Amino acid sequence: MKKRLSLEGSEAVAMAVKLADVDLIAAYPITPQTHIVEILSKYVADGNINSEYMNVESEHSALSACIGGAAVGSRVFTATSSQGLALMHEMLYIASGCRLPIVMAVANRALSAPLNIWCDHSDSMTERDSGWIQIYVEDCQEAFDSTLQAFKIAEDERVLLPVMICLDGFILSHVIEAVEVLDKSDVAKFLSPWKPKYTLDPGHPLTMGAWASPRYYMEFKRQQEEAMKEAKALMKEVNKQYGKMFGRKYGDGLIETFKVEDADIVLVTLGSMTGVARVAVEKLREEGKAVGLLRIRCFRPFPSEEIRGALKHAKVVAVVSRDISLGASGGAALSEVRSAFYELKRKPHIIGFVIGLGGRDIRVEDFVTITEKASGVLEKDSVEKDFEFIGLEEC
Amino acid sequence: MSEKRRGWKNLPIGAVILEPGSSVNNKTSSWRTFKPVYDKSKCSKCALCWTYCPEGIISILEDGFIEINLDYCKGCGVCARECPTKALVMIEEKV
Repeated sequence: MKKRLSLEGSEAVAMAVKLADVDLIAAYPITPQTHIVEILSKYVADGNINSEYMNVESEHSALSACIGGAAVGSRVFTATSSQGLALMHEMLYIASGCRLPIVMAVANRALSAPLNIWCDHSDSMTERDSGWIQIYVEDCQEAFDSTLQAFKIAEDERVLLPVMICLDGFILSHVIEAVEVLDKSDVAKFLSPWKPKYTLDPGHPLTMGAWASPRYYMEFKRQQEEAMKEAKALMKEVNKQYGKMFGRKYGDGLIETFKVEDADIVLVTLGSMTGVARVAVEKLREEGKAVGLLRIRCFRPFPSEEIRGALKHAKVVAVVSRDISLGASGGAALSEVRSAFYELKRKPHIIGFVIGLGGRDIRVEDFVTITEKASGVLEKDSVEKDFEFIGLEEC
Repeated sequence: MSEKRRGWKNLPIGAVILEPGSSVNNKTSSWRTFKPVYDKSKCSKCALCWTYCPEGIISILEDGFIEINLDYCKGCGVCARECPTKALVMIEEKV
């Protein structure tokens, strides 16, 4: 039976973790993620969830404990933000390299310095090459749904990769929205217990985390690359299945589009800013502008093919990023989108915008400004600026 | 891991090693430049070499003297450094 509740994004994630019946939660508090693990620890203390809860001394230890837990076949969960994720950096590669299906929520927050606790995507974007699947959610409902889906995707034998659920810090982690939650029996139909292929078991000794000489290392990376490819197909499958069972789908599972079919200009977004962009697109459409919107839901594996397919008629693509790859070209998504189109004979102009760093508000007017700039490119049929900052004090 | 020809399609995922104790297949003696040479007549049976050997390849025999498994000795020289009676010395190996 479905229930509609007023839930904070953090509680939506925690509730999904409870329903997934995890065996181990190991976490260290950090703003703006703290509510997730605080709520989970309350579930454990109140006996509402049959999980081990490990208080650890750092995020490095939190993920290390999750790695150990997953290695013995437990379903595990952790959550972090910003500096906490940065401190996990080393262990992220261990988790993915050992092919352990850990699920982690990242409440996106800017990285220091200067110290800032508000939302941007620089923390998780920094980890885009760590071998984790990355899903960027738009709202609290999607945070709930994606957390449940994450376990199914991660634990599939074709994939066996860890998954990051990225939800915008404060904007989603601390906002209360109406969220439709599932009950245990519904979830049981969707998500079966994990049956690991390899576990650490003294009865059947094997080695995990061994070294691989130059003779072997590349082969294991190739296997991870294959798992990412498999993950793409599986994420589409899981999105469909979830939609069939519970009535909610997110595009094709990898990207979600809005009015792109006849659009000359398409805005490309990630995360909660998509809601703002949608309002802007509706407003601009009323004014007769052929504008559309594409949200990248899954950043890793990167849906190049799907984006090419969805934007084959677009003339200008404006990639709007809440992160910056300093010294390169704007946000990480800009290079990825450009590279997806590079070999095509007929391709759109692709321009980048950096917006909302360190929690600066992203407004409907900002997307109107971006669309005006994209219109300029459309008229001139040439790009003057590779990427631009939006909402910056220019003095 | 044995050295037979294996590629990404048939290696166990995650670099899991399914054969317990398979490191015995990897004779690390090839890493060595100096080897420990044992002079039983100087040995006081203190077992400091056995204690310090990072590879665990020194065994204490029933009579208290030692035996070194040179198949896995990497030639680090810790045993010779710790030996109080100079019963162990490191000698350069010539090919």
